[in-house]
Amino acid sequence: MTLLQVEQLKKVYPDGTVGLKGISFELEAGEFVAVIGPSGAGKSTLLRCLNRMVESSSGTITLQGNTITKVKAKQLRAVRRKMGMIFQGYNLVARSTVLTNVLHGRLGYMNSLKGALGLFNKQDTELAKALLNKVGLSEQMYKRADELSGGQQQRVGIARALAQRPALILADEPIASLDPAASQTVMQTLYEACKADGIACLCNLHQVEVAKKFATRIIGIRAGEKVFDGAPEQLTDEMISYIYEGAKHEEAVGRKETA
Amino acid sequence: MGKLKLYFSACLVVFVLCLLQLQFDYSKLWSGLFKLGNTISLMLPPDASQWQYVLSAAIESVQVAIIGTVLAIVCSFFLSFLAASNITPHPALSWAIRGICSLLRSIPTLIWVLIFIVAVGLGPLPGVLAIMIGAIGSLIKVFAQSIEEVDEGVIEALRATGSSWLGIVIQGVLPCALTALLAWCVMRFEGDLAESTILGTVGAGGIGYELSHAMRGYRYDQALFVGIVIFVMVFSVELVANRLKLKMAKRL
Ligand SMILES: Nc1ncnc2c1ncn2[C@@H]1O[C@H](COP(=O)(O)OP(=O)(O)OP(=O)(O)O)[C@@H](O)[C@H]1O
Ligand SMILES: [Mg+2]
Repeated sequence: MTLLQVEQLKKVYPDGTVGLKGISFELEAGEFVAVIGPSGAGKSTLLRCLNRMVESSSGTITLQGNTITKVKAKQLRAVRRKMGMIFQGYNLVARSTVLTNVLHGRLGYMNSLKGALGLFNKQDTELAKALLNKVGLSEQMYKRADELSGGQQQRVGIARALAQRPALILADEPIASLDPAASQTVMQTLYEACKADGIACLCNLHQVEVAKKFATRIIGIRAGEKVFDGAPEQLTDEMISYIYEGAKHEEAVGRKETA
Repeated sequence: MGKLKLYFSACLVVFVLCLLQLQFDYSKLWSGLFKLGNTISLMLPPDASQWQYVLSAAIESVQVAIIGTVLAIVCSFFLSFLAASNITPHPALSWAIRGICSLLRSIPTLIWVLIFIVAVGLGPLPGVLAIMIGAIGSLIKVFAQSIEEVDEGVIEALRATGSSWLGIVIQGVLPCALTALLAWCVMRFEGDLAESTILGTVGAGGIGYELSHAMRGYRYDQALFVGIVIFVMVFSVELVANRLKLKMAKRL
């Protein structure tokens, strides 16, 4: 069964800015898809619409056969916990320990009070420790999150997303704030974790080389529209400059679309 | 520039009008100066003979301040999360709480205590209530401000895990805002202690009563002693508070 189906997804922000102009694609389990496109193309908007951090204006999102575009409250929480999210700025709770930050990935499964009080059960704690081991941070477990380097913090972010036992991970430029070495480790960690557990990943990236290296499939977005969707090998240099530079290549590529 | 001049001259006119309207008798300033000298001589040396009463009243003032502040902190803590615009469950709720807070703040504590004396009678209880109400009004405002400064990304990250609202607040927002909230609590206690010393003058218990009692009996030497006790009390709390705040700033 198709994991995720997105149909004609549109987003117009309250101030009139058009974020997405109707994007459709499907995602199978275990795919590692890189989303590329220039700044302001709508990559973050797309990811945030999928887990409903941003409400789309129209279109439908179907996750594992269920339409999730309009679900509310409890069901929405259940949908969100199936999608782990990773952020450019890591977004860890700086003053809490690394372990606690990973355990936050379990909050979606707990009732309100237990979650708030941080009464994580033994299995949750074991899972979190195992995940920290997996991302190579078991030594840092009891450190405060903000004592870690950027690359380490992002790996905590990955562990937190994995703690949700998600079917899909949404990563919004996970390496944009990291140096090349740390970027490599983070991408490798993310890639291997997803592959091992059959988790699909939708990863916004700025660096085309990184996208080509890791992705099983690449989606190119420009000005809120999907302009490329295919295997990394199909992503030609012309196509890259079309995605990133736009108008002047439009004729050359012959893809002039009516918006 | 022209506008600034206009405002300035308007202020000047208002000031002069007030001065003319009030018709001070300036000769009294001069004679008052001598009277003040006289009073000071009556104050010296301070008379500590009533120290048991003064001390127990001082303790009562501290107790009133502690109870009032703590009750206010508890109430404000819960309400401020509903009032902070970044995590409020509903904007209307946030507006309502903020509105009520400005209302509470706009009425001075001394008025609150008079209202509560009418309602519950003399003694420390109206003092506690007045301090609590005043503190709630200001604490919710500053608590909410500190909560609103919490990184939006952290809130987003926890929301994305599927966490409940309470989970986001306690696990995500609270650790980020905690030191700021504690600093506000300490600061509020300083202010409330100073206020609780005054409340006794209108009959709400505490050391303020000793002060007005001595003044009414023209026992300026006793009044000075009370004044010294108040000063020592407020000053030492401020000293301890500053230490605490410094420590918290380091932990940031
Ligand atoms: N909250 C918002 N309100 C109004 N407009 C917004 C909002 N968030 C994003 N936008 C606009 O929507 C468009 C798409 O933004 P988005 O953040 O999705 O782009 P992006 O592809 O992620 O860019 P970047 O690579 O810089 O992160 C941009 O024009 C942006 O200005
Ligand atoms: Mg973005």
